[in-house]
Amino acid sequence: MSVSLPHALAVWRRNASMYARTWKLNILPNFFEPVFYLMSIGIGVGAYIDRIGGVSYVEFLAPGLICVAAMNGASFEVTYNIFVRMSYEKAYDAMLTTPLQPEDVLVGELLWATTRACIYGGAFFLVVAAYGLAPLPHSLLALAVVPLAGLLFAVIGAAFTLRVATIDLFSFYFTLFLTPLFLFSDVFFPIGERLQGGWLWVAEVLPLLHPVRMARACFAGTFSPILLLDLAYILLLSAGLYAWSRGAIVRRLTS
Amino acid sequence: MEERGSAPLGRLIEPLVSLRGVAKRFGERRAVDGVDLDVPAGACFGLLGPNGAGKTTTLRMVYGVTRPTAGRVHVFGLDVAREPRQVRSRLGVTLQENALIESLSPEDNLRVFGRFHLLRGAELERRVGELVDFLDLRSHAKVPVRHLSGGFQRRLAIALSLMNRPELLILDEPTTGLDPAIRQAVWARVRELRATGTTVLLTTHYMDEAERLCDDVAIFANGRIESQGAPRTLIARHLAAEALELDCGAIDEEKLFGEGGGSIRRMRAGNRLIVYASDVAPLLERVHRFDESGGCRAVVRPTNLEDVFLLLTGTRIGEADA
Repeated sequence: MSVSLPHALAVWRRNASMYARTWKLNILPNFFEPVFYLMSIGIGVGAYIDRIGGVSYVEFLAPGLICVAAMNGASFEVTYNIFVRMSYEKAYDAMLTTPLQPEDVLVGELLWATTRACIYGGAFFLVVAAYGLAPLPHSLLALAVVPLAGLLFAVIGAAFTLRVATIDLFSFYFTLFLTPLFLFSDVFFPIGERLQGGWLWVAEVLPLLHPVRMARACFAGTFSPILLLDLAYILLLSAGLYAWSRGAIVRRLTS
Repeated sequence: MEERGSAPLGRLIEPLVSLRGVAKRFGERRAVDGVDLDVPAGACFGLLGPNGAGKTTTLRMVYGVTRPTAGRVHVFGLDVAREPRQVRSRLGVTLQENALIESLSPEDNLRVFGRFHLLRGAELERRVGELVDFLDLRSHAKVPVRHLSGGFQRRLAIALSLMNRPELLILDEPTTGLDPAIRQAVWARVRELRATGTTVLLTTHYMDEAERLCDDVAIFANGRIESQGAPRTLIARHLAAEALELDCGAIDEEKLFGEGGGSIRRMRAGNRLIVYASDVAPLLERVHRFDESGGCRAVVRPTNLEDVFLLLTGTRIGEADA
């Protein structure tokens, strides 16, 4: 069954209606979290670091942390929230009594998770800009990277969620997958410089590394052809996982 | 086309829901095993049967969420497997479990559901208002659903399934767990909907509900339809008109009805025995002579749908109680 965008947007709107009731509470942590990171790691640890990649350490951190915020925003939505809606609240069973198809539900959820990523990433960008860490105007291009990072982690998380049988497995996803990505994807240090020649490919496999490299280029205002590979990585992996998730959600919601 | 509505041809109109040779297997288990079913337009049709008999699976195949392993399902003359969107845009389903958004009010829940049917703007608001009034939700229309009583939540769940003015309303155990007043209120709404031409397909465990609401019922057991027809017809087809209930052990049963009474239909539920006959007066006479103290607490009543249900589904109350 082909996707109907109006129906998918109705799913998006459902989630937005719920979020709209609590957004004032929800959005506050989004502003505090980056401040803590920038102060502790950027300014605290950064005091012991001269320069890195031609900028101060806090400037080095800023674009990577914007991508991390986008990753987190999308990930909570497509893991715990989708699982609860699917298994406990029976929300999708109710949706499938209407003209909605499983594919519409998936697209609606991915769009919503991407939206959450934009809210998180956008809030982080505002804080970074307020600190004077975002060189304008070229750093604004990083705002285009945020939805890409959001979409990527929305499909990765959804693919995982549609596979798992119990909610307990999400702690593995967060501690064994997202945490290592957070720590090793060029956010805190250029991982490529710490790997021996034959192991460079390891860094290139990490999904978070690609949006981080794009965001950092936007902040620096220097663009190289490798960014096209980053873009291709994000789009191809997203497309592949989306195709797999379509089949998975049909199997999961219908019988 | 006009002729179709006229009385003599009325019977020739395609049924609104039609199942032919429908089966559904889950692995080795045959959830539904060769079902033929026709629901005429405008009727109220009840699916009865013990838990696990295949009622909900059958409903899910009607609205196209479960795909039959064999057979064909047509609704509104459309093949559900091919055109699920078109079919579902014209029907409504109240699931067994309410799937409401607890943090939102009834009005907002209705709005969300209306958008699934692509309603919007003034049209959406009008329909939300109509349903709030129709199911008496006005007093708590703006209160988060989590603060509402079970009866209120059930009425909201039914309201959601009416969002698109369905031609076919599917109700999966609509009144399970509700108090008598709310059940009456739900039945009244179902009757009002039928009066405006809505076809109703429901499952229930309450035989009184089926007798009150349904023109026809189908009794399911082990994935098959054991019998179907109007409740009165089913009773007449399977059992005599009167039932005599009494407390009676197996030995006394043999003494009372054993010799010469072998043809009398009997059902046992623990120590309670039910005897069916077209006229139970002579049997009651016999019981009174046998049991002068009145310890067997004999009761005479008309045979009802529950008797037929127990007979056809092989449900032994003694086992269920154990």
